[in-house]
Amino acid sequence: MPAPPPDDIPIPGPEGQRDLDRYAEDSLDSGLAVAQTQLYVSAVEVGGEGRRRGKGLGLGAWLAIGWLTFIVAVSVLAQLGILPLKSPTESFSECARLGPFAKEGTAPGHLLGCDSNGRDMIARMAYGGWSSLVVATGAVLFGLVFGGILGLLAGFFGGKIDAVITSVFNVFLAIPAVVLALALVAFLQGAASSGSGGDNVDPKLLLILAIGIVSVPLLGRITRASALTWSQREFVLAARAQGAKPMRIMVREVLPNVVPAMMSIALLAIAIAIVAEGTLSILGVGVRPPTPSWGNIIGLDRGRIKESPHIVFLPAILIFFTVLSLNFLGDVVRAKLDVRESAV
Amino acid sequence: MTQPASAPTVSTAGPSEPLLQVEDLRTHFETPRGIVRAVDGVSFTLARGKTLGVVGESGSGKTVLSRSIMGLLPKRGTIREGSVRFDGTEITELSPKEMRDFWGARMSMIFQDPMTSLNPVMKIGKQITESIRQHLDVDKKYANELGENLLRSVRIPEPEQRLKEYPHQLSGGMRQRVCIAVALACGPALLFADEPTTALDVTVQAQVLDLMATQQRERFMAIVLITHDLGVVAGRADEIAVMYAGRIVEKAPTSVLFSDMKMPYTEALLSSIPKIEHPSHTRLNTIPGRPPNLVTPPQGCKFAPRCTYVQPRCLEEDPPLMPGTQPGHEYRCWFPVGTPEGAEALARNRADQAVTGGAA
Repeated sequence: MPAPPPDDIPIPGPEGQRDLDRYAEDSLDSGLAVAQTQLYVSAVEVGGEGRRRGKGLGLGAWLAIGWLTFIVAVSVLAQLGILPLKSPTESFSECARLGPFAKEGTAPGHLLGCDSNGRDMIARMAYGGWSSLVVATGAVLFGLVFGGILGLLAGFFGGKIDAVITSVFNVFLAIPAVVLALALVAFLQGAASSGSGGDNVDPKLLLILAIGIVSVPLLGRITRASALTWSQREFVLAARAQGAKPMRIMVREVLPNVVPAMMSIALLAIAIAIVAEGTLSILGVGVRPPTPSWGNIIGLDRGRIKESPHIVFLPAILIFFTVLSLNFLGDVVRAKLDVRESAV
Repeated sequence: MTQPASAPTVSTAGPSEPLLQVEDLRTHFETPRGIVRAVDGVSFTLARGKTLGVVGESGSGKTVLSRSIMGLLPKRGTIREGSVRFDGTEITELSPKEMRDFWGARMSMIFQDPMTSLNPVMKIGKQITESIRQHLDVDKKYANELGENLLRSVRIPEPEQRLKEYPHQLSGGMRQRVCIAVALACGPALLFADEPTTALDVTVQAQVLDLMATQQRERFMAIVLITHDLGVVAGRADEIAVMYAGRIVEKAPTSVLFSDMKMPYTEALLSSIPKIEHPSHTRLNTIPGRPPNLVTPPQGCKFAPRCTYVQPRCLEEDPPLMPGTQPGHEYRCWFPVGTPEGAEALARNRADQAVTGGAA
């Protein structure tokens, strides 16, 4: 990433210094030199502050980053076994379905209550975060790599390659995403179990593939659009006029310019993938119990939403804030990148 | 500054064949509206170390001409006919793969807008050394040294520092110099400069043009200087070709063109340049109308609808390129400027105008 344009940073250059000196000299007679110089300096500082604040990320973005850091840290640390959590699969049958801060008849320590099998909610949500994040990030990475390659090829070469790739994308986009993902999971499961003779394939991997394949045309189309505009820029022609090979131009000239657009959309895509994982789990084809994921915590106990709403709502709140943070950050990143693009 | 670029008369005796020989080049685009004849039968030759100025309005086919000669236009929807011989090789028949040995290494191009012709996310150094490493087969360190020397030769201060910077950290004039450095990196024999100064400040324009002239002298390089500004080519080109509607309408050695122009279009272009000795608030001379539609160009002379010399014959018969009185001078006009026929035609039109004007 290039540094911000230097002309945007109000550094008093030699000219500013000269102005300052002249200003000081002129007003020396009137005895106001010191006061006026101070006025000048403070004006410069105020201007600088204002600019910097305008260039900062803003409170919302920092809250979003804070939340995501917290979620990722808890999930990773829980998975590593560093956090003092209960086992997510151990049942405390005496406190099944107890809500948060329940008083009677509970073993102490279930701060947010238990699910219908008496498993600790905090532990399940911490471990479930890992499943959800791994599936969502993995799926988006898969989508970015394959959608990125296809979109780049389509946008850069155009013509028949573009026509073929775009039609395939359109076919995939015409199928409702949930139906497609369900079908893919079923198909992949069948393929995996027949291939390896048993179902020892991690269901997370199946989900990554299924959601990843669904996301390929979405991410691919965005990459294609971006690659298309960048490929028509003059520096691409200039590179051609210097004798660069097409693949080299695509990878070295176009791709680095497309990456920012892909990155900003990747954050939004992770948010969508988290929701997708939840949806598939609720439909019963997600991460297989007893391994928790945010989606299957909700899915397992969605019938008991009346008597023990916390089991459904606590993970839903986690999903809500995580998706909100990702969306918000995605927008911030995009806004920042748009500014940079127009400045160049 | 007004010295022609080839001031120290280097012997052009070299190989008998000129460096670039374009014959009846046609470049047509297939569009939904019909076939656009962007370049319609252009011929010229250019010797080593010489400069050809190509002048014309927007849409007269200057840019397409240069890209067509270099073979940089997209294959799809483009019809290219005619012959382009570069250094003894017919290059219209070469595949893009074969052309890659010419691009950058033997012929190169500078573009109009230095803001868009550099990659915003690549360091200057990388952009310069890329083609050096592609064509010259040298190691990274040596390529970097070459890049630094190139930047120094295009008079960029602190070149070793600049190599590590991104395009947005440079001013417009500096970026165009970087573009020149990129184009010169592999020592091409032919340089196309497509309106190299249009996007620059007037003060920087002269610097960039002088720089190109210096580099041309040092490298004995031929330049095709494309511009819409006769003033830019006046002191710098050995020969000037005036383009209109995809054709060369007048071509002459620079001094001949300015002293003895035959084509009313050239005259109109020249008179539309503001003169410093004009009093302020003088109305600028303009050429009325717009360049013709290149899908269905008018019958007869393409400039006739806008010409002050126009006669019935101009609207019916297309004038061929006719030789002028001096060697190397060619023009397309039935009633040339500075001849009795031309003067008569102009006088007749003026009289008609006075009559219709008086009646109205």
